[in-house]
Amino acid sequence: MDVPETEFAPWNDAGQKPLIRFRNVTKRFGEFVAIDDLSLDIYEQEFFALLGPSGCGKTTMMRMLAGFESPSEGEIELAGQNIVPVPPNKRAVNMMFQSYALFPHLSVWDNIAFGLRRDRLPKEQIKARVEEMLKLTRLERFATRKPHQISGGQRQRVALARSLAKAPKLLLLDEPMGALDKKLRQETQFELMDIQETTGTTFVIVTHDQEEAMTVASRVAVMDEGRLIQVSTPADLYEWPDNVYVADFIGDVNLIEGRTTASGDERYRINWIDGQPPLNGVSNTVFSDGQTCHLAIRPEKIAISTDKPKGADNAVQGKVLDIAYLGNLSTYHVELASGTVIKAQTSNTRRISRRSFTWEDPVWLSWTATAGVMLAQ
Amino acid sequence: MRKFALIAIPYLWLLALFLVPFLIVLKISLSDIALAIPPYVPKWDWATGFRAFFSQLDFENFIFLTEDDLYWKAYLSSFQIAAISTIFTLLIGYPIAYGMARAPGEWRPTLMMLIILPFWTSFLIRVYAWMGILSQEGLLNQFLLWTGIIATPLTILNTNTAVYIGIVYTYLPFMILPIYAALDRMDGSLIEAAEDLGCSRLMAFWLVTIPLSKNGIIAGSFLVFIPALGEFVIPSLLGGSGTLMIGKVLWEEFFSNRDWPVASAVAVILLLLLIIPIVLFQRNQQKQAEAEQ
Repeated sequence: MDVPETEFAPWNDAGQKPLIRFRNVTKRFGEFVAIDDLSLDIYEQEFFALLGPSGCGKTTMMRMLAGFESPSEGEIELAGQNIVPVPPNKRAVNMMFQSYALFPHLSVWDNIAFGLRRDRLPKEQIKARVEEMLKLTRLERFATRKPHQISGGQRQRVALARSLAKAPKLLLLDEPMGALDKKLRQETQFELMDIQETTGTTFVIVTHDQEEAMTVASRVAVMDEGRLIQVSTPADLYEWPDNVYVADFIGDVNLIEGRTTASGDERYRINWIDGQPPLNGVSNTVFSDGQTCHLAIRPEKIAISTDKPKGADNAVQGKVLDIAYLGNLSTYHVELASGTVIKAQTSNTRRISRRSFTWEDPVWLSWTATAGVMLAQ
Repeated sequence: MRKFALIAIPYLWLLALFLVPFLIVLKISLSDIALAIPPYVPKWDWATGFRAFFSQLDFENFIFLTEDDLYWKAYLSSFQIAAISTIFTLLIGYPIAYGMARAPGEWRPTLMMLIILPFWTSFLIRVYAWMGILSQEGLLNQFLLWTGIIATPLTILNTNTAVYIGIVYTYLPFMILPIYAALDRMDGSLIEAAEDLGCSRLMAFWLVTIPLSKNGIIAGSFLVFIPALGEFVIPSLLGGSGTLMIGKVLWEEFFSNRDWPVASAVAVILLLLLIIPIVLFQRNQQKQAEAEQ
């Protein structure tokens, strides 16, 4: 997990001052606790994603940053200043709304100029800035149109241009791609990353789509029930989940429950089903003998073969129950003698002229000791 | 064929209930007063034929309307009363509509009911009730005397003030409902977006809420202005001898003077004057419908 110095990782640098700092923030709506004693640092130029199921409190976090909600307890700092008493129109924070919230009575040009006009900037300056934004979002041709005269994707770009026009310290994006279809969404994700890089603005995005969060963000905060479950880079989140919730929430995973016995330096045996040989795993967190453990293994880290592989750390036998052919990948659902189903994934690097396995075939699944993550909870 | 029949129904409706009556009134307005039943000549006679019939029609009554300044003064005063009432209705109706649109969802049907409820009572009874409230010994004067704000009762009934109160009261729902409909449709995040971009609450209201409820304001204003212009019951019951409105003049011409041809001429001119705001209203509605597509 050592990060080379060239990589952008201010969260690992103790000397860096965070741009945003949540300090023991709690937000209650009546009896309901939306945010529960949460502390979080977000750094300048980060593309930070708040990820979680609906009702997890991610939108409340964003609305508190924008100033539409104020915390019941705790402080929120922006560039070292407590912004809780600052009203939304006085914050150097802009928001791109989920519904885009474009003013239907104004043209694209006037929508983008709206915020600049409130600052009473000189006319030429407004004009220059609006044109810069139109160029950035490739909307020059649509400047005179009204929002209802352009497509959904273009509307999304207008909303982005409008919220970026005032060059905020922080841009909030509330499910920015929720209304786009899948293809357009993928294109837009890359566009958004380019724009974030060009402008150097700190972005905080709220999404329930884990793929989207993984694609765009420098760091992702997984939230549930008003709490942060894990805050990491996308790669760490996927490869080093802190707990079963994150492992299960991000991507596809096999979870095998068992009891541990130490078998060497950071090496453990996991007794999972009576009568089966124990599984081998590696962990730098200490497990005591007999402690319950969940071994989380990603399907693509499990190899599938007809014969028992030699020298594998872990090998189990079963028969093919289901095959999901996805084009680029095939996922095999393999049922073990005990009834446990394990998913293994292979990538279809060759064209599918002959498939090695079919339904009901007896197969061997194998993985290395380091392939899985041992989770205590 | 079915399509044609479907279109024909509204046209037949218009023909029977608007165009035919209008042509009858127009014909009477071109006739001369006579001591007869009905009190005008010529009457259609199959024996004399078209030529004799049409040769007796003329614009005499319309010319008469321009000669007596009573008529154009009445038109002008009606216009003024209708316009001022419309402004007052808007000033009172807008905050009510705004409050309704901002009220919690479970309250809205009740509030809507309260706006519509007065229609369940006869309009005449409600105007009579206002006579009881506004008269010298009425509830309002009694209350003001009791609180000590005034020492002698105010004269409100039988003045233009009473007419304004009556019109504003009667037509308020027609102003509230279209504005409420416009505000209700508005996406609440637009106001948040305006604040986010640097507007104060007041600025956001002025720059976003007002423009987006513009169509409702225009529709409501016409719905108040058009009927108020020809209003007859309110000025005759609440207004005094000094209240000059064309609806009242028309009524007196018809029933007191029994001068059907002049009364008809007054009605025809009133209709022509009303067509202008009606066309403008229609255009506004059409533009709104187009914008929503």
